Amino acid sequence: METLFGITGKDFVITAYDSKAVASITLMKTGEDKSRDLNAHSLMLFSGEPGDGVHFAEYIERNIKLNGIRHGIEMSPKAVASFARRELADSLRSRKPYSVNLLIAGFDVKTNKPELYWMDHLASSAEIPFGVHGYGAYYCLSLLDRYHREDITEEEGIKLLQKCITELRSRLILNMPDFVVKIVNKDGIRVVQI
Amino acid sequence: MDALVSKYSGSGASAALDGEDGFGNNLSGWDAANQFALPAFDIPMVANPVDFLRAHTDPSAENRIRIQHGTTTLAFKFQGGIIVAVDSRASGGSYIASQTVKKVIEINPYLLGTMAGGAADCQYWERELGRRCRLYELRNKERISVAAASKVLSNMVYDYKGMGLSMGTMITGWDKTGPALFYVDSDGTRMKGERFSVGSGSTFAYGVLDTGFDYNLSVPDAIELGRRSIYHATHRDAYSGGSVNVFHVKQTGWEFIGNYDVGELHWEYAAQPKEPIV
Repeated sequence: METLFGITGKDFVITAYDSKAVASITLMKTGEDKSRDLNAHSLMLFSGEPGDGVHFAEYIERNIKLNGIRHGIEMSPKAVASFARRELADSLRSRKPYSVNLLIAGFDVKTNKPELYWMDHLASSAEIPFGVHGYGAYYCLSLLDRYHREDITEEEGIKLLQKCITELRSRLILNMPDFVVKIVNKDGIRVVQI
Repeated sequence: MDALVSKYSGSGASAALDGEDGFGNNLSGWDAANQFALPAFDIPMVANPVDFLRAHTDPSAENRIRIQHGTTTLAFKFQGGIIVAVDSRASGGSYIASQTVKKVIEINPYLLGTMAGGAADCQYWERELGRRCRLYELRNKERISVAAASKVLSNMVYDYKGMGLSMGTMITGWDKTGPALFYVDSDGTRMKGERFSVGSGSTFAYGVLDTGFDYNLSVPDAIELGRRSIYHATHRDAYSGGSVNVFHVKQTGWEFIGNYDVGELHWEYAAQPKEPIV
């Protein structure tokens, strides 16, 4: 089962995903990319039906890049999330809906605020301070409720994420080898080794 | 399904008389001997063909026969390129339909595809992929990359997602970036990798392959590892068997290494002393 994390802080959002690609009981690959950078200041993490995630995320990514080129201005994280939600909601009412869970993380350069949107496969969307998708949520949401503050620094954010990953490694029966961590802030998106 | 059985059981003559082409509209081409003959088609060599058909036919969908087959296929990158090895058994449930299936599909001299899942789906879509790769070559005056070719296939089958396609394939080849290996399946999953095994026997193949793997393996050793992994999978997986086909992908394109009957391999390996564990 895939696990996605998103944690907002003072001026950043930390996201993390386990990089496993699983087919039935076999681990096919580690190092699978479950995120797409949508523009300079927003990224999307996805999980769910195999195949759907990559297709949906790349479709959203390209449309958002096209929008940026057409209008010469970057879409805000809120606009990005609204667009993705609408596309998912429309797809849900089509003959072949996408079945994907999303976390959209971004930094709004106008308001200087980090934003995190949680979206499930039924296209219900909410802006939240932190979010987890997958079985990891059953262990980590309580942990995040307990320790998360709005004004945490990046260093504290990473510590908090490490607490979550440690808990998963010790309690979840599934092997959680490595997480890929991406941080978005005013300077853009970067990958962090933890 | 019951309608199918009743259609082909009972008197052949009455079935033929009920047919559309009576005496009036097909006078010139009508052949009484042919018309009144019992219907002839290949029947599986099993004790009860009707039970067999019932087991392999979906009752809710008329005329839709689902014959899947178990398989073991593998491909891995190493110092000398890519080794592709596959078994050759086609089965429908417990029935062995063939022991001589070609599960490596030669898309073009630089691209290979492997076959697991529905044989027809793999053959059709990989042939279509070959056509599109050739068109790409003619339009762009250069060969398509393996990444692009695998994405073409992935996009094609993704369009039919949820409509019953069944395929798990590895696309391998050599392009400007060197050797490349991709896994593509009918749910639309496509991933780049170093080492894959696909099919019902894949877990057994992985066991031998992962343990014996070393990137710096020599070409003969790598070929032997691929061949042995498939052999061990055919030994444990009832739905894999027949013979092992081995291919080697090099800078100059792919090369067919050989076909090895697993029955003969069994005694060959049995005669060899077991390798030391450390």
